[in-house]
Amino acid sequence: MDQETTLQERTPPEEGRDVRRPPRRRRVWGWLGELLIPILAIVTAFVLSGVFILITDVQVVNAFTRIPRRVAVPFTDPEDEISLEEALRYHPNEVIVGDTVEVDGRMLRVVEEVDDPDAEIALEEARALFPELRDGVTIYLDFFDKPQTGLRTAWNAIRTAYGALFEGAIGDPARIAAAIRAWLAGDPSGLPTAFYPITESLVAATPYILVGLAVALGFRAGLFNIGAEGQYFVGGLTSVFVGYSIQGLPLIIHLPLMLLAGVVGAGIWGAIPGLLKATTGAHEVINTIMMNYIAFALSDWLLSGPMMRPGGFRPISPAIAPSAMLPRLFPSPIRFHAGFFLALACAALVYWLLFHTTIGFELRTVGANPRAARYAGMSITRNYVLAMFLSGGLAGLAGANDISGLIGYMPNAFSAGYGFDSIALALLGRSHPVGVVLAALLFGTLRTGATRMQSAAQIPVDIIEILQAMVIIFIAAPEIIRALYCLRRQRGEAGRVLPSEGAAS
Amino acid sequence: MTVATRVIDPSAVRRSRNTGILFILIGIAIVLLFARTAEPGQTARMVLNPARQTAALRIPDVVLPVLPSLYAMAGLSVVLGVLQIVRGFGRLEGVILGLVAGFLALSFLTWAARGRSLNLIGIFETTLQRAMPIALAALSGVLCERSGVINIAIEGMMLTAALTSALFGSVSGSLWVGVLVSLIFGALLGALLAVMSVRYKVNQIITGTAINILAIGATSYISARYLATNPALNSPGRFPNVGVPLLSRLPLLGPVFFETNVIVYLTLVLLVVVHVMLFYTPWGLRTRAVGEHPRAADTLGIDVYRVRYVNVIAGGMVAALGGVFLVLGSVPRFDELMTAGKGFIGLAALIFGKWTPFGSFGASLIFGFTDTFQARLQILQVPIPSQFMRMAPYLITMIVLAGVVGRAVPPAADGEPYEKQ
Repeated sequence: MDQETTLQERTPPEEGRDVRRPPRRRRVWGWLGELLIPILAIVTAFVLSGVFILITDVQVVNAFTRIPRRVAVPFTDPEDEISLEEALRYHPNEVIVGDTVEVDGRMLRVVEEVDDPDAEIALEEARALFPELRDGVTIYLDFFDKPQTGLRTAWNAIRTAYGALFEGAIGDPARIAAAIRAWLAGDPSGLPTAFYPITESLVAATPYILVGLAVALGFRAGLFNIGAEGQYFVGGLTSVFVGYSIQGLPLIIHLPLMLLAGVVGAGIWGAIPGLLKATTGAHEVINTIMMNYIAFALSDWLLSGPMMRPGGFRPISPAIAPSAMLPRLFPSPIRFHAGFFLALACAALVYWLLFHTTIGFELRTVGANPRAARYAGMSITRNYVLAMFLSGGLAGLAGANDISGLIGYMPNAFSAGYGFDSIALALLGRSHPVGVVLAALLFGTLRTGATRMQSAAQIPVDIIEILQAMVIIFIAAPEIIRALYCLRRQRGEAGRVLPSEGAAS
Repeated sequence: MTVATRVIDPSAVRRSRNTGILFILIGIAIVLLFARTAEPGQTARMVLNPARQTAALRIPDVVLPVLPSLYAMAGLSVVLGVLQIVRGFGRLEGVILGLVAGFLALSFLTWAARGRSLNLIGIFETTLQRAMPIALAALSGVLCERSGVINIAIEGMMLTAALTSALFGSVSGSLWVGVLVSLIFGALLGALLAVMSVRYKVNQIITGTAINILAIGATSYISARYLATNPALNSPGRFPNVGVPLLSRLPLLGPVFFETNVIVYLTLVLLVVVHVMLFYTPWGLRTRAVGEHPRAADTLGIDVYRVRYVNVIAGGMVAALGGVFLVLGSVPRFDELMTAGKGFIGLAALIFGKWTPFGSFGASLIFGFTDTFQARLQILQVPIPSQFMRMAPYLITMIVLAGVVGRAVPPAADGEPYEKQ
C-alpha cells in the first residue's frame, strides 16, 4: 500500500523502465544478464553444497586435521614403483617382484603392491618435524605439513559425489556412445540401459514442471501458493477416485476424465484460499499452509477408511483401471510416459494464457497492482479465485499425472516434497513458463542423480534440498551473487516477478 | 489505518455478533453431540491426582453426573452467547472465548468418560507437553512479527535446533552444551532471515521457505549420514523432571506445571518476560512501533533495522528452544522431520492469540489439547476418526484468520521491508 505514495519519490524517470525499445545490443545483453544470475546462482549453490559435503565428511575432516603417517625405513617413493599386477599387463610373463621395468619411458621397480604414498613418510622427513623420532611409529601431521594429501582427499570426495550425480542423471557417456555404436551396427539391445538415467530425469521433471507452473502462475497474480503439496495430494485423491471407481470406459475418455478430476478437485481446493484472501483479506500463505495439513489428514482418513484398498491393511487406494493409465512410450524398464508432453503442453498453455489473452492480462495486472486493477474495473475477487483455481489445478494435475503415469494407485506417503520445491522452481524460472520448464529439467536431473549419488557415494539425497535452498536464496537476493562476482547492477529488473509487497490488503 | 477506524468498524460489530452465535452453536453442539447420546443417571469419575507418586496433596476424585453437567455447560455457553450479542464483553472477550472453549473440551471429556473414570491430570500433563513446542514457536513469531518480519522459518529453526541439541548433547555429554549450541544455531538462522529481509529486502516468505528447505535438507543429511548409523551420536538423555519446592505441592496445578523439566519452567518465565517487555518497556514500545509504522518510528529516531535484527535473532533463539524441547524435553532422540509442522501450528497459534504472548500460549494449549485428544480417541472408543481431530487446529486457524469470529489483525507493517530514506 506504500507503493503508490512513494512511487514519485522512488523512481526518477531516467532510472525507470524505458518505454522505448532498447537498442538491439542492449537487448541481447539483457537476455544474457537474465540468464547470468540464475547460472551463477546454480554454480555457487553447487560449490557451497560441495563445501557442505566436505565439512560433514569425517575422512576429509581427518585429512585436514590429523593425517596418520607410518614412518617407513627405507622410504621409496611410490612414484617409482609399479605393482606386479600392473607390470604384468605391460610385460606379460616376464617380470617378477624386484625387477625393474620400463613403462612409458620411466624405469619402475616392481613390487608386490604399491604403498599408499599418503600412509608413509620418510624417516628424514619425519625427523625434520620431530627430531627425537625413532622409526616404525606413526606420527600425525596436520594439513599444512602435507597440503596435497588433504586436498587430494577432498577432491576425491567431491569427484565421487558429483561424478555419481552426473552419471545417475545423464548416464555414463562412454556407455551411451557404445550403445549408439552398437545400435548403428544393428544391435539395439544396449539402448534402454544406456538411456535409462536420462529418461528417469525426464520422468522426475514432469511433476516439477507442473508444480513449478502452479506457483509461477500464482506469483504472476500476486499470490503465494505454498499449498502445492496439499493440492498435489487432493489432485491425487480426486483423480485416483475417478481412476478406480469407473470401469469399462475406453482410454480416450477415461484418461482425460481422470486427469480432469485431478485438476478440478485440486483447483477447487486451491481456490478456497484465493476466495478467503479476496473476501476477508486472510493471508493466503497461512491458509495454504493450513490447508496442506488438512489435506494430509484428509488423505490419511480417506486412504485408511472410505478409499482403502479392499482386503488390505496398508493405507493405499485400489489400483486404477488400465484405461486410466498414461501410456508408456518405451518398453520396460524405461518409465518415460506421455505425461511429459502433457506437462510441456501445459507450459505452452500457461504461456499463452498469461501473455496472449485478456484473462492473463487481468491476472498480471492484479498481481502487479491490485488497486490499479480495481480502478480499471477488474474484479479482484474473480482474479484471485481464478488464479488460485488454475494454480491448484496445475498442482493437482501433477498428482494425477504421477498416479496415472507411474504408480497406478494412491499411497499414503505420496508427495516427495513438491510444496517447497515448487517455490524454488518458480523463482529459478523467474515465473516464466519457459524458465520453469528449464528449472524443472534441472531439478529433475538433480533428483535422479542424487538417488545414484546416495547408492554410489553414500551422500544422502537430502543434499539436493540444501542445493535448492541456496538456489532460492541467491535468486531471491541477486545482490549476494553480484557482490560475490563483482557484477554491476542491472537496471530495475531485480525481483520483478515476485508478488508485490502490500498486495495483501 | 485500521487501528483508528476500529471503533466505528461495522465489521467489528458483525464479528462480535458472530462470536456470540458461535457460543450459542457450541452450546447446541454440546447438547446434540454429547448430551443426546448420554444416558440418564450415568456418572463420570474425574481423577484429579496423577498416577505416579508426587509431592502434591491428594484430592478426592470428582464424580460428575453426566447429563446435568452437560446441560449446565451448554446452558452457560448459550447464556454467554446471548450476552455477547446483546452487550458484548469488550476486553474480556478473549477470556470468555477461552471459557466457552473450555466448556466444549470439558463436556467432551465428561461425555467420553461417561460410565467410567478418566485421569484429567494425565490429559492436562500431556496437553502441556504437546503445547510447549507450539507455544515456543508462537512466542518466536510474536518477537519477529511484532517488529514487522514474518517468520515462516520457525519450523526450520526448530528442526535445526532439535538436531544440534541431540548431536551436541550426545557428543559433549552435557545437556546444557546441547542447549547452548542449539541457541547459537537458532540465532544464526534468525540472523540469516534478518539479513535477507532487512538488508537485502528479499521477500520474507521466500527467505523463510529457503531456510525451511535448508534446515530440512541439512538435518536429514546429517541424520542419514551419521546419526542413523551411529546411535551414540543420538542419545543425549533428557532433562529430568524437577519439582519446584512448595508450588509442586499444590493440588491440580502442582503436578501439571511444577513437576516438569527445566525447559518448561524456562518457557513459562520467558512468556511472562516477553509479555512484560513487549507492553511495559521502551524496547517493547519500539518493537511495536517498528512493526506498525516503521517510517514513523524512524522519524522518531528509532533504528528500525536494529530493532528488527535484534528481534528476529531473539526469535530464532526462542524457536530453537522449541526444537530443544522436542528432543531434550521429551523424547531424547532426533528423528528426521520430527517437528512435523509444529512451527506452522505455532504460526496458527500466533494468529489465534492475536499476536500476544499470553493469547498465543492459550491457543497453543488448545492445539495441544486437540493433539492429545486425537491420540486418545481410539482408547476412549470415540466414534470420530482421529484425522478430523487432527484437522481441527488448522480449520480453527483459517476460521479465525478469515475474521468470522474474533479478530486477528497482524501488525500493520508485517512482512514489508523497510527502505530508509
